[in-house]
Amino acid sequence: MSGEPGTWDGRADSATLEPPTEYVLALADDALVLAHRLGEWIASAPQLEEDVALANIGLDLLGQARSLLTYAGELEGAGRDEDDLAYLRDERDFRNLQIVERPNGDFGSTIARQLAFSAYQVELYGRLRSSDDPTLAAVAGKAIKEVAYHRDHATQWVLRLGDGTEESHRRMQAGLDEIWPYVAEIFDPWPVVDKLVGVGVDPTTLRDSWSKYLSAVLTEATLTMPEPTFHGRGGRRGLHTEAMGYLLAEMQHLNRAHPGATW
Amino acid sequence: MVSAPAVVEVRAVVGAVPDPELPVITIEDLGVLRDVRIGPDGRVVVEITPTYSGCPAMDVIRADVLARLTECGYQDAEVRLVLAPAWSTDWISDAGRAALREHGIAPPHPAGPVSLKLSVRCPLCGSPDTREVSRFGSTACKSLWTCRSCLEPFDHVKAL
Repeated sequence: MSGEPGTWDGRADSATLEPPTEYVLALADDALVLAHRLGEWIASAPQLEEDVALANIGLDLLGQARSLLTYAGELEGAGRDEDDLAYLRDERDFRNLQIVERPNGDFGSTIARQLAFSAYQVELYGRLRSSDDPTLAAVAGKAIKEVAYHRDHATQWVLRLGDGTEESHRRMQAGLDEIWPYVAEIFDPWPVVDKLVGVGVDPTTLRDSWSKYLSAVLTEATLTMPEPTFHGRGGRRGLHTEAMGYLLAEMQHLNRAHPGATW
Repeated sequence: MVSAPAVVEVRAVVGAVPDPELPVITIEDLGVLRDVRIGPDGRVVVEITPTYSGCPAMDVIRADVLARLTECGYQDAEVRLVLAPAWSTDWISDAGRAALREHGIAPPHPAGPVSLKLSVRCPLCGSPDTREVSRFGSTACKSLWTCRSCLEPFDHVKAL
């Protein structure tokens, strides 16, 4: 991200955001935080092609995040730009779902999250394309093509690992089991969308088509859909897991140490 | 009143700017240049659209367009980013496709389902007997392929 630092004076409080700003910011935070996690794989993936793949998926998500953060800043009207929103908010002001902030774990765990989350994004952007808000519709119209490709990538890996060797099957299933406690939150009722009829998408209405896709992939991959007993929740209200603070420390450190730094 | 020839001239100047990641092709041929207007005050407004949401080339394209316009005497200019309608590889011109092929990059087939006949051909030897090595390549818009006939690896602009 580049450009002049914004003029935000640091006093804005996200607790008072208007519904459209709150909604756009939450979708932006999902994309931004997952982009950061995927970036952590660069030079650590099982093969060089996978370094490139996960980096490119992260880049797509970062692009979506930048458009959404910029728009959230415009909607808010307090002079905050994309950099202010990404680098100068604290943990409680981030509205992302907890699933995107969870540590990467091994490759199986990362691919499990990619499958669950990209399949959700396909449903979300597919509907958001016809939002009454032209900016959201435009962002979704671009993003839908990208996340469909991400879902394809994750699906191919889940099939290959799930229906692969005994060891790859075991680790793919373990990856699903590890991330699944954070899947339910994606589809939890979200009060802010009740105030955005025609603009936002009610996540509870996306679960059926998502489940259908996931079930088909997991069955073909000889894997079992986990039934976790724990249900993480609170991300949309700024409540995060321990991992989030460490993620922000790394993501924000440079900008906070050297305000407005560019290269 | 700005004359139509002036707009055509400015569009030619802007359209000739090469894409920074695919320098063998201009932004006009890539379909990234969406519109060029000249306001009544003489201000040039250029609209560009990203191939992918995170395309890191957009800032460079913006700077290159402004630099080129300044060189040609159009100091009062602005580059705007538009997202809709979403870019498609169908917007790459025939000249652009030929330039890509000539430089060893397999151009995209039409977006949507394709028949076997339209499978990705090796840009080096023309063989249709090719294989996808990785769904992601050196830039967001490309994937990595290899030719079974001449065994050369090559980039392919993914249909979008």
